[in-house]
Amino acid sequence: MRDINEHTPGEDLIIKAAVRLLVPFAQLFGLYVVVHGHYSPGGGFQGGVILGAAFIMLALAFDMKTSQQYMTIGVNAAFNNLGAAIFVGVGVLCALFGGLFLDYSALDKLIPLGPVEWRSFGIFLVEVGVGFTVMSIMVLLYWNLSSAGSMKEGL
Amino acid sequence: MSPTNLHLFVLIVPLLSALVVNLFGRSWRQLIAPLVLGSLSFSLLGAIVVMGRVLNHGTISYTVGNWQPPFGIELVVDPLSAMMMVLVSVVALLASFSSLKSVEQELPGREAFFFTLYLILVAGLHGLIVTADAFNLYVLLEITSITTYGLVAMGRGRAALSSFNYIIMGTIGACFYLLGVGYIYILTGTLNMADIARILPTLNAPVATTTAIAFVLVGLWIKMAFFPLHTWLPNAYSQAPTGAGTLVAPLMTKVTVYLMVRVILTMYTPALVFTHDWVTKGVIWTAAFAILYGSCMALGQKDLRRMLTYIIIAEVGYMVGGVFLANANGLTGAVLHIVNDALMTLCLFLAVAAIIFRQGSVSLVSLQGIFHRMPITMAAFTLGALAMIGVPPTCGFFSKWYLILGGIDGNHWEFVIALVASSLINVVLFFRIIELAYFGSLADGEHHEHASAERHEAPWWMLKPLVITAVLLFVVGLSTGPLVNNIISLIVPAGF
Amino acid sequence: MEAFVAEIVAKYNYWIYVVLMMIGFYAMIGKRNLVKKLLGMNIFQTAIILFFVSTGVKKGGSIPIVDKYQALAGGIDAANFDNPLPHVLMLTAIVVGVSVTGVALSVLIRIHKEYGTLEENEILEKLSK
Repeated sequence: MRDINEHTPGEDLIIKAAVRLLVPFAQLFGLYVVVHGHYSPGGGFQGGVILGAAFIMLALAFDMKTSQQYMTIGVNAAFNNLGAAIFVGVGVLCALFGGLFLDYSALDKLIPLGPVEWRSFGIFLVEVGVGFTVMSIMVLLYWNLSSAGSMKEGL
Repeated sequence: MSPTNLHLFVLIVPLLSALVVNLFGRSWRQLIAPLVLGSLSFSLLGAIVVMGRVLNHGTISYTVGNWQPPFGIELVVDPLSAMMMVLVSVVALLASFSSLKSVEQELPGREAFFFTLYLILVAGLHGLIVTADAFNLYVLLEITSITTYGLVAMGRGRAALSSFNYIIMGTIGACFYLLGVGYIYILTGTLNMADIARILPTLNAPVATTTAIAFVLVGLWIKMAFFPLHTWLPNAYSQAPTGAGTLVAPLMTKVTVYLMVRVILTMYTPALVFTHDWVTKGVIWTAAFAILYGSCMALGQKDLRRMLTYIIIAEVGYMVGGVFLANANGLTGAVLHIVNDALMTLCLFLAVAAIIFRQGSVSLVSLQGIFHRMPITMAAFTLGALAMIGVPPTCGFFSKWYLILGGIDGNHWEFVIALVASSLINVVLFFRIIELAYFGSLADGEHHEHASAERHEAPWWMLKPLVITAVLLFVVGLSTGPLVNNIISLIVPAGF
Repeated sequence: MEAFVAEIVAKYNYWIYVVLMMIGFYAMIGKRNLVKKLLGMNIFQTAIILFFVSTGVKKGGSIPIVDKYQALAGGIDAANFDNPLPHVLMLTAIVVGVSVTGVALSVLIRIHKEYGTLEENEILEKLSK
């Protein structure tokens, strides 16, 4: 990250300091929301948006180049497809192990926890996938729209 | 891989390939063609196996996640769905051969993005066909629509503006559908289609039921470009890149017509939808206007692709009118026309794609004398035109025959007159083009006699699917008997 | 008059959603700026989401969050909790709305690059030249 005393138009010392403090907590909170999705309010989409918001805060307070240091465009594309692949992959895995698609009790043959426990727990795997995809898509949407497609210079 | 999950694998394999294409397609371009063709061939094989199972063992009912039907999302594969899955797989596979070539030419360097959207669109269409849950239908409808918005916007020139117009109108349609589902949920408390059909007639809420039916049907009509809600279609489909047009034009409106049939037959029983005589009469008059409007506007177009899009509007009029005739012949004709129209539109759009690949434009002026340069393409185009007109033994004749019989059965003479008139207008339309192509003078004049007279046919990647589709028009036409008896007659309800 | 006012007050959620929906619809059709049309589309979708969620509310109902083991042990009385199913359905609808908005905004950026303006009548003038 650049020196906190450097100044370009549109940046402010207070915002930079505040964001530097906030981003780790925002990411922790996002992870908390994702992990609690199958049990209480929360879940993949909500947690993913909060995680994405952490990166967007970096891009707003500093500039796009800084947020791209922390998540390069290649890593973004990888998270995109990895998240969707996890979702579909878990379903296919359940189907391959003899159950129906997304029938988590079939995963009991892989890691024995008991079919009922798996059915209550299996959706967590899917939520992780959804969280990855939503996080990377939110960041990608912000980058694309604020730089009008060039991904070099943002707001 | 047990056969019980096969119909979902037909959907999932294109989806997974889309993810792989998105991730690796930008760096390794030679991966894209094998992935696309491989996954679509697997879908076709899977769809044929599923069709065999359904015809032998009866309807497959399946819930995702193994929850009991009213609570879980249910998927139902009955003979009509199986036939539609085979149709979508065949059309997608044949169109992808042609799209691979035209995308190379029109959108160099962006094939990875194009084919990601393409494969997700095919996966969404397969999902739309098998779903039996009202809200799941909304989600899949939006998946297919959003990928179509993206595909249309990739074109040149006015494509972005046409895509924006399509976005606005498509979203209105989907929101109306969602509103209708909301009303149904308030009335019945369930989202499963079979459950809704069971509970809805027992309620005593005529106004709310009618409103729900109206919202859902109007939403679907906006999505299928039924006159007068059709204004987005000509611009969107003619400005889209050629590769996108070959996939979207034969499939999107037809699958939406299938959805309307599914909603009327499975979600609301036909008795509930066709209760009011003035409603069915009104819809059939509107369908007759749609047919005449589409055919007449097509007469005034100077660009071949725009002409074909207006013909699509007329064909949607055939199908909606056929369903609302509310008798066995009409419904059979409408469902048969879904299959036939998809193949005919595919044939014509493949020919147009081949011509654009070689010439860059399909304005009528530039088509003069093209027969000498591209004989196989124009021969296939002529076969497609004959099918559109309705000449036996091509498939177009048989579906029109059933529709006319249905119109006579129900005493809806306006529909019969519109059908016959549109066939005559189609004769004028297509013979005009065939005359330009075969007998017209060469556009460039005398100097280029020798160069223009030599054959400069489209590459074989684009010719093979075109020839196969033209042959399929005859094959499907000649096998109309088994198709109607073994598949379509199974879904026509008993009271018709 | 009394009955009419009572009717409005009793079903105020329906009236709110109808008003919002008509505002969004008017913006989509009546305004000439493309961004305003897009905002109208968003308002339209939001009205439908509000409508759906408001149908799950019950008189005296509490928020549908229960402790898993307590529910497994003692059972729950569904009449005391608001209906959580519309909430979940509308999450999906919100995601769909976000995706469509994202696509529409990207298309608008392309239109702006191509024509330099986002007013519909100016674009049509440029097209007809």
